[in-house]
Amino acid sequence: MATATQDIQARDKQEVQSSSEQTTPGRVFSPPVDIFENDQTLTIVADMPGVPSDSVSIDLQEDTLTLAGVPSLSVPDNEEVVVQEFNTGKYFRQFKLSEVIDQANIKANLNHGVLRVTLPKVGPAKPRKIQITEN
Amino acid sequence: MLLRRVKSWPFEHQLNGFSEFDRLRRDLSQILTTPVSQVGLDSPAGVYPFLNVTQDQENFYIRSEIPGMTLDELDVSVTGRTMTIAGERRIPSENQEVRYHRREREAGKFRRQFNLPTDVEPDKVEAKYRHGMLMIVLPKAESAKPRKISVNG
Repeated sequence: MATATQDIQARDKQEVQSSSEQTTPGRVFSPPVDIFENDQTLTIVADMPGVPSDSVSIDLQEDTLTLAGVPSLSVPDNEEVVVQEFNTGKYFRQFKLSEVIDQANIKANLNHGVLRVTLPKVGPAKPRKIQITEN
Repeated sequence: MLLRRVKSWPFEHQLNGFSEFDRLRRDLSQILTTPVSQVGLDSPAGVYPFLNVTQDQENFYIRSEIPGMTLDELDVSVTGRTMTIAGERRIPSENQEVRYHRREREAGKFRRQFNLPTDVEPDKVEAKYRHGMLMIVLPKAESAKPRKISVNG
């Protein structure tokens, strides 16, 4: 990215406001994402710091993609808080997909708290020229 | 005439004075009772990355969420009581031609300093980076640890 030499801006984590579907207590945050596509795939990259790979869930039901993650690290009870600038909690975010996705070939990779989900598109996207033969 | 007199009745002035004072006191107490954690979160400095600092008798613990870094891009140093976290978060551009729909993740350089409340042992400071979380353990200097004093009767 061309802006790589700029200073990074600190932003508060976005807390999920309507958490009616949550059944366990605790705060829920919406991870920041990059979404991009080319002709073959749709890719979603999400920042989920603190989440190990076995605590991530990626679920595609009909056209709704759900990303969720639970951080593994918690602060031991005997530690006394000196400064608290951020809160920790689960991550949750849903997307409505407008493309048909090849569910069997969805790939996901988690690297240092960054989740990358690659969704291959299916379908008759490319027009095919049909040869007409005589006789 | 009588009406005017009632209006300028000294007691009424006093009443107004009191309500003004009450309002001020209410406002002040509202400011003073705002939770400290909330003040920290809305800190105008807003320097990346945010830090959570805890302590026990032996150590200070600093935790920070800096996803997607590699170890050589992260730099942690301690000088006296000042701890510095610096680095650059890079988001590599996609090699194929892609159309972006959302770009919420941020890239860039950062540098954050934090002043510790007591002396630490700079040689024994340890930093770990796991799952995009930086965790720094700073052992307190002997002079800064709480000492148990036995009371002889």
